[in-house]
Amino acid sequence: MFLLILKRLGLGFITIFLVSVIIFTGVEVLPGDACTAYLEREAKGELLEICREQLGLNTPAIERYLSWSYNALYGDLGYSLSGEKPINEIISVRVRNSLILAVTAILIGIPLAIILGIVTALWRDKFPDIFISTFAIFSMTIPEFISATILILVVAIWLNWLPGIVIVSSNSTVLELLPNIILPVIAISMVMTAHMLRMVRSNIIQVMSSDYVQMAKLKGVPYWKMVFIHVLPNGLLPAINIIALTIAWLLGGVVVTEVVFNYPGLGRLVIESISDRDLPVVQALALILALIYVGVNLIADLLTLVVNPRLRTLQVRK
Amino acid sequence: MSDKIQTIENLSIGFKSQNGREVSILKDISTHINKGETVGIVGESGSGKSTLALAMMGYTKQGLYTISGQCLFKSKNLLNMTDRDLEKIRGKEIAMIPQNAGQSLTPNLKIGYQIEETLKLHSTINTKDRQLKITELLYKVRLPSPNIMAQRYPHELSGGQQQRVAIAMALAGSPKLLLLDEPTTGLDVTTQAHVLELLNEIAKDTDTSMVYVSHDLGAIAQVSDRVIVMYAGEIVLDGDVREVLSSPLHPYAYGLLNSIPKLSLPGLPEAMPGTPPQLEQNIKGCCFFERCEFATDKCKNSKPELFIPKNKKMKVRCFWHSKLSDKQYKPNYDTHSANKTKKLDEVLKLDKVSITYTKQSILDQLLNRFSEKNITVKDIEIEVNKGETIALVGESGSGKSTILKSIAGLLNTKNGAINFKKNITLSSDVRNRTNSQLRAIQLIFQNPDESLNPSHTVQEILSQPLKLYFQLSGDKLEEKIIDLLKKVRLTESYLYRFPRQLSGGEKQRIAVARAFAAKPDIILCDEVTSALDVSVQAAVLKLLQDLKNDMGTTYIFVSHDLAVVRAISDKVAVLYQGRLCEFGPSSEVYKFPSHPYTEVLLGAVLEPDPDLKPVLTAEDRVEESPPEIGCSFQSRCPRVLGKKCFTETPPWQISKNGNAIRCHIKIENLFKQQTSEN
Repeated sequence: MFLLILKRLGLGFITIFLVSVIIFTGVEVLPGDACTAYLEREAKGELLEICREQLGLNTPAIERYLSWSYNALYGDLGYSLSGEKPINEIISVRVRNSLILAVTAILIGIPLAIILGIVTALWRDKFPDIFISTFAIFSMTIPEFISATILILVVAIWLNWLPGIVIVSSNSTVLELLPNIILPVIAISMVMTAHMLRMVRSNIIQVMSSDYVQMAKLKGVPYWKMVFIHVLPNGLLPAINIIALTIAWLLGGVVVTEVVFNYPGLGRLVIESISDRDLPVVQALALILALIYVGVNLIADLLTLVVNPRLRTLQVRK
Repeated sequence: MSDKIQTIENLSIGFKSQNGREVSILKDISTHINKGETVGIVGESGSGKSTLALAMMGYTKQGLYTISGQCLFKSKNLLNMTDRDLEKIRGKEIAMIPQNAGQSLTPNLKIGYQIEETLKLHSTINTKDRQLKITELLYKVRLPSPNIMAQRYPHELSGGQQQRVAIAMALAGSPKLLLLDEPTTGLDVTTQAHVLELLNEIAKDTDTSMVYVSHDLGAIAQVSDRVIVMYAGEIVLDGDVREVLSSPLHPYAYGLLNSIPKLSLPGLPEAMPGTPPQLEQNIKGCCFFERCEFATDKCKNSKPELFIPKNKKMKVRCFWHSKLSDKQYKPNYDTHSANKTKKLDEVLKLDKVSITYTKQSILDQLLNRFSEKNITVKDIEIEVNKGETIALVGESGSGKSTILKSIAGLLNTKNGAINFKKNITLSSDVRNRTNSQLRAIQLIFQNPDESLNPSHTVQEILSQPLKLYFQLSGDKLEEKIIDLLKKVRLTESYLYRFPRQLSGGEKQRIAVARAFAAKPDIILCDEVTSALDVSVQAAVLKLLQDLKNDMGTTYIFVSHDLAVVRAISDKVAVLYQGRLCEFGPSSEVYKFPSHPYTEVLLGAVLEPDPDLKPVLTAEDRVEESPPEIGCSFQSRCPRVLGKKCFTETPPWQISKNGNAIRCHIKIENLFKQQTSEN
C-alpha cells in the first residue's frame, strides 16, 4: 500500500518534470524570444540587447531551463514583462479568484450531480428520469459560451437581477466578488453537472442489475436499505475518478467562461498574457495548470485506493 | 402424500417480444415440493429452470411477468404478494443459494456483515448472540477459522469458500425451503464434491426442503430424491431419481443421459441431433418433436399430457414412452478408436518448459539469473506424436492453460524449449515465428462468444486464415469456405450470418472450422466444450474426433472434466500446481496405480448414478502458490509418506502398463494400497 502511494507520487513528479521540459522547449523553439515578442517593433539594436541582458537570454538554453525550473521548484516563477512585477504577485490573486469560482461550482455541481444521478437511476425510464435526463443532455450539448451569453441576456439585461459582467478589479475582496460569481458558476456547473449525472446514472444502473443486488433482494432486504447499503457504495466508487476528471476539465472550461464574464481569474490571465506576448507568464501558467491536473488525478487515484477494499488488497498481492 | 411446502399451479411466465407478441419461457408448469424433500431440476440452457426457481421465491427477472398460474407457499400466492410481505418470506422461509457466489456477494461489505444482515432482518437475537451465530454458521459450512473469515471481504476468498459463505448466508434465516441455482457450476471437481456433501448433510440435519437446479445430471444424482426434467419451458419428466436415471421414459431425458461422457464407459458419448426450439416458435404439438426418433404426426399436432404410466414412479410427457421402457437402457457408445498408427511421428516436444507469471526481481534480471521462486509451471516434459490427442487435466491453477498459451507463443517461457517436428525449435514469442510455423499450430478457445468477432460474418471469419496462409481469393476462397462449413456439418446458408445469430454449438463449430482452415498439424483446444450444454458437447466432441480421423490432426486438449478427457484423449497428463504428476495412455491413467492426486480427482467425479458416491480423500483447499521444494501435492496428499515428500522432488516411476507417475511411494505399494481400499 505504502509502496503503491510512493509509486504514484513518483509518477506524478515525472509527469510534471516532462511537462516543464515540453513547455520550456515549446517556448524555446518559437521564432524569436521573450524580448522580441515583447518589444515588438522596437526589438532591435541596443534596446533588445539590454532586454536580453536583463532577462539572461544570452545564456545557453539548458542553463536557463535549469535556473527556471530550480526557481519554480522554490516557488519563484519569474518576472512578468507586461505587468512589470513578479509573476507570483499577479498569479496568486488570479488563482484565488479562479479557486473561488471553481470551488463554488464544485460544491454545488458535484452533490447535485450525484443526487440527480441516483434519482434518475432509481426511477429509470419513469417521469423524473425522463425529465432530468432530457435537461441534462440539453445542457451538455450547448457550449458554455452560448449558455453564458443567454444567461447574461436573460438574467442581467432583461431581468436586471445580477451584474452581467464583472467590473471589479482583480484584487478586490471575496465579499466584493461574491455577487459577481453567481452567473459564471451557473454557466460552469450546468455542463459539469450534466456530464457527471450521466455517468453516475449509468454506474448505478449497472450495479442495480448486478447479481449481488438481486441476491440482496432475495435475502429480503427492504428496498431503501438495499439502495443505501448494497447499491450506493458500489455505484459511487467510480464517481471519484469522474469527479477528478471533471475538476480537471473545469480548468479548460473556466477559460471560456471567465472571458465571457470578464472575470479576473486564471483563465482570463492565460488569454491576456498570450495577447500581450508575455512569454514568462504563459510559461508559468502552463506549469501551474499541469500541476493542478496531475494533483487532482493523483488525489482521486489515492482516494479510490483507500475506499475500495478490492483494489487495496489486490494491488498489494500482485 | 406428505406435507407439501410449495405447490406450483399452471404457472406460465414470459415476456413481451419486440413485435408485441407474448412469448412464454415457462409453459403451464404444475408441480409441488414436499417437506424435507430434495428436488433436482435439470435442463439445458434456455429450458427455463432458473426462471422456475426464482418464481418459487416470488421473483421474476426484469422484463418478465407472470402470464398465468400461481406459486403457493403456505397457501399464499407468492407471485401477487406485495414487496413488504415478500421481504418477510425471502431469506427467512425461502432462501436462495446463487450460481455465482463471487458475484452475488456485495463487494464492499465484509462476509460477517452480509450474514449478519440476514440475521438482523429475520430474527430478534441481540448483537452478541448474532456474532456467535455467525461463527457457528461459518463453522457449519466448514470454513477454516470462522472468526477471521467474518472479517474478510468477498474477493479475498476462493471460489469454493465464496460458495460456502453463500450457503451460510442462506442458512442464517433457517429457511424451510432452500433454492439452489447451479451452486457448484464453476467450481473445481474436488470442491464441487465437497460442497455437495455439505449440502447433503444440511438436508439431513435440518430437514430443509431443497430445490436443486442444475444442468449437471451427475450433481443432481448425488443430492436429489426426485428429478424434474425440463425442456423448452415444460416439464417433460418428473419422478424418483433412481428410476429416472436408470430408465428415463422421455426420449429427451434418455438422449441427455446418453450424451454425458462417463468415466466407467470409455469412448465418445452419443450426441442428440438438432437443437431446442426457439422461444418465439409456436409449437402445437410436443416440443421435442423435431429431435425425437419416435415422432409421428400425432406428436406434431397434439401435445402429450404429463401423466403417470402404469407401475411407474414418474410422470411423463410422451405418447411413446413404452417404446423407451422396452428399449433396454444400454448406451450405444462409439468405441473409442485409440490411434494405433504404426510409426510414431513426433510433432511436438516440450523440453523442460518452465513459465512464470511473477516478475523476476531486479537483481535477478540484472544478473540474468533465473530465480527458482514462484514458478507457475515447472519442468514440463511432454512428447506428442502425430495423430494423437493429448489431454492436460487439472483443477484451476494447475497451469494447463498456461502451457497451452506458451505452445501457441502467447506466453514467454522462462526455461526449456518447445520443439516442433524434431528439428525446429519454436520461439516462445509468437512474433518471431514464421508464417508456416504459425499455420501449423491453431487454437480453439473456450468461449466462442468471445473468440469470434461479433461484427464479422461467418464468411469473413473463415476467409481470414485462408487468405493469410494460402492467399486464396475469389471463387476458390468461396469454394473452400463452403467445404469447411460442410466439414463441420453446417450448410452454405450460414455464410452470411453473424455470430450472434448462431447457437452456442454452431458458434463452436465455426471456431473449429476456422482452426481447420489453416490445415494445422496441431490444434490446441482450451476447454472447448465447457461453455456448451451436454448434448451439444457430445456433438462437438464427435465432430472433433471425426475431423481428426479424416485429417490426421493432433490435438492438445485442455479440460477440467475428467470424463470428457477420458472420452476423447489417447494420452493424459495430470497437472497439479504447474507440475506434472502423471503422464500416460488414457486407459492406464484412469486405472490403478495412479498418482495420489489423480486418485483424488477421479474420486471426486460425479456420475449420473445416485448409488455411485464420490470418494473424498483430500481436503479441498486452495493453494496460493506451489511449494518451493518437495512434491507439489505435499500439502493435500492423503498418502504422504513423511519428510521426504516435503523436501525432495519425487522421481518418475513407470508402471508396467506404461504410465509414468511422479511420487515417492513405490509404484507397487501404491497399486497395492489403492486396489485394497477400493
